[in-house]
Amino acid sequence: MDVSEKAMRKHLPTFACLVAAVTAICVLPSAVETFTLVEFTVYAIMAIFSLSLAFAWGYGGILCFGQAAFFGAGAYAYAIGVLNVGESTVAMLLAVAVPMLLATVLGYFMFFGRISDVYLGVVTLTVTLILYNLANSTSGDQYRIGAAVLGGFNGMPSLPTLNVPGSPGRLLDSVQMFQVCVVCLASVYIGLRALLSAHFGRVVVAVRENELRANLLGYDARKYKLGAFVISGGIAGLAGGLFANWGAFTSPTVFGLAQSAQAIIWVIVGGVGTLLGPVIGCIAIQWLTAYLGTIGWVNPNLVLGLILVLFVLTIPKGLAPILFMPFQWLLRQRSQVGNHEGRIP
Amino acid sequence: MDYVAVIAVEVLNAIATLVLVSIGLAVIFGMMRVINLAHGEFIMLGGYAATMAVKWGIDIWLSMLVVAPLAVGLAGAVLERLVIRHLYGRMLDAMLATWGLSLLLVGLTTAFFGTTTQGVQSPLGATSIGSYSVSLYAAFVITMAAVVCLLLYVLLRHTHFGLRARSVMQNASMAAALGMHPKRTYAVTFALGAALAGLAGGILAPITGVVPTIGVAYVAKAFITVIGGGTSILAGTVAASTVFGTVNQLVSFVATPVIGEVALLAVAMVLIRLLPQGITGRFFRGRI
Repeated sequence: MDVSEKAMRKHLPTFACLVAAVTAICVLPSAVETFTLVEFTVYAIMAIFSLSLAFAWGYGGILCFGQAAFFGAGAYAYAIGVLNVGESTVAMLLAVAVPMLLATVLGYFMFFGRISDVYLGVVTLTVTLILYNLANSTSGDQYRIGAAVLGGFNGMPSLPTLNVPGSPGRLLDSVQMFQVCVVCLASVYIGLRALLSAHFGRVVVAVRENELRANLLGYDARKYKLGAFVISGGIAGLAGGLFANWGAFTSPTVFGLAQSAQAIIWVIVGGVGTLLGPVIGCIAIQWLTAYLGTIGWVNPNLVLGLILVLFVLTIPKGLAPILFMPFQWLLRQRSQVGNHEGRIP
Repeated sequence: MDYVAVIAVEVLNAIATLVLVSIGLAVIFGMMRVINLAHGEFIMLGGYAATMAVKWGIDIWLSMLVVAPLAVGLAGAVLERLVIRHLYGRMLDAMLATWGLSLLLVGLTTAFFGTTTQGVQSPLGATSIGSYSVSLYAAFVITMAAVVCLLLYVLLRHTHFGLRARSVMQNASMAAALGMHPKRTYAVTFALGAALAGLAGGILAPITGVVPTIGVAYVAKAFITVIGGGTSILAGTVAASTVFGTVNQLVSFVATPVIGEVALLAVAMVLIRLLPQGITGRFFRGRI
């Protein structure tokens, strides 16, 4: 295989992603109705959230049962920021920075305390519950941060949504909002791919494969896990901030167990250890849930639960390997044809 | 003085509730290292079994203490056969599958019973300590927790089944080599754990009422208590429940119940950080 073909194979997913994103941005707004477009926007936001767990779990080996903690922190950070600053750019930055800070503190506590698998699950779950309880108990006017009233169980309604950076008066409309979300999704996907092919990403995967061996080779596994966890937290926060924008609303349910559970289901349905799989899983499951909601005679929980059990029992690797099989077969055929002379039979 | 007595009863009640809620999970985790995230839904099913039995005119004590554990134990046996059996030794997969089961059970009960809270009348009234009124039901809950612990101790320590169970718990392959059937023991243990969860659900039904989503509130607490307690079933659960229940109730008295809950969770996090193997990983090692 010559160099250019190798490069092509390596960059193929990135190109495909760019093409898909550009197509979505240019074609969809004129092709579908506004209602459907708004629906697609939330799919894109949740796909970003799904990617955050796909990275931490699939590549970092950190099964976080409380990914919603970062999602919710992002949503609340955006809400509090935008109400105080009156402009969305700083608030969006806060929505990424605050969850990263939270992930740093929590990750330091866990990884430097050598807490692993199930125990890690308990700690992350616990943090989510703490945040949920706290957010729920803040009803009343005395709970306010600057100009933002936290509102307890009722949440924070009518938040200012994204505006053009620098001019708070010019709010984005639903088409622009959709485009921003797709751009964010594509950038996160491409960014994660780049990260994984860089040195840092390779060490993170090495730590997942065998922590002891990585340590013996001179890498401090704790630091790499912490790094992966913080990045994942930041991505989840970005999704949370966008989600608060999408509904112009945030409430304690963003910290809920259901939110964390959803992310885990998307990743396992899509395929642990891939990036594209969880995006597909997320969109498929969201579409399915919305569809079940419209026909109305089956409970979405029932179907989600059944899907999770069936996937764990029968397809633990998820959909991705099945979906990619034809492509890989094609690529193999191509490379065999191209390399016919050079290969020893 | 009376005030102290009232607080003592409340603290004991909190501890007893934690013990009841988590002992079933502890049995399953201690025995086969499966974290059953559908535990909360087993408790919820126990609540529904008791409420339904009362509605059909069965005596309330019988419904709580016999019907609820039997029904849920049966459900546990079926689910073990269908799902859990295939996942022994795959801790994370088992956790995920039981989480799926939990969603499934919530969906099923919502479809059958709707989302309204159903309740049973508490069969006991109140008594007074000095000028304070105390619910007699709290005393019943405390007694039941003690009875359950005692029975479980006798079962594990002094019966043939207990001997087998403990040997499988210590070393499953060695037990298998000596002619025991770890899988059979696991199946019975899982049903036992489910039955204990059902019992907890039955006993707590008059206090909380039952809705399909009630399990979530229990499973996190039970999960934390069991992990905090470590691998010894009884010693771990009782020790962790004592620590967490006391903290929860005392802080609730000083501040609000929500802050009490948060304090419980915060203490749990610090405890797991300090003792990653749970309390019984360090103290009371090798007890049941």
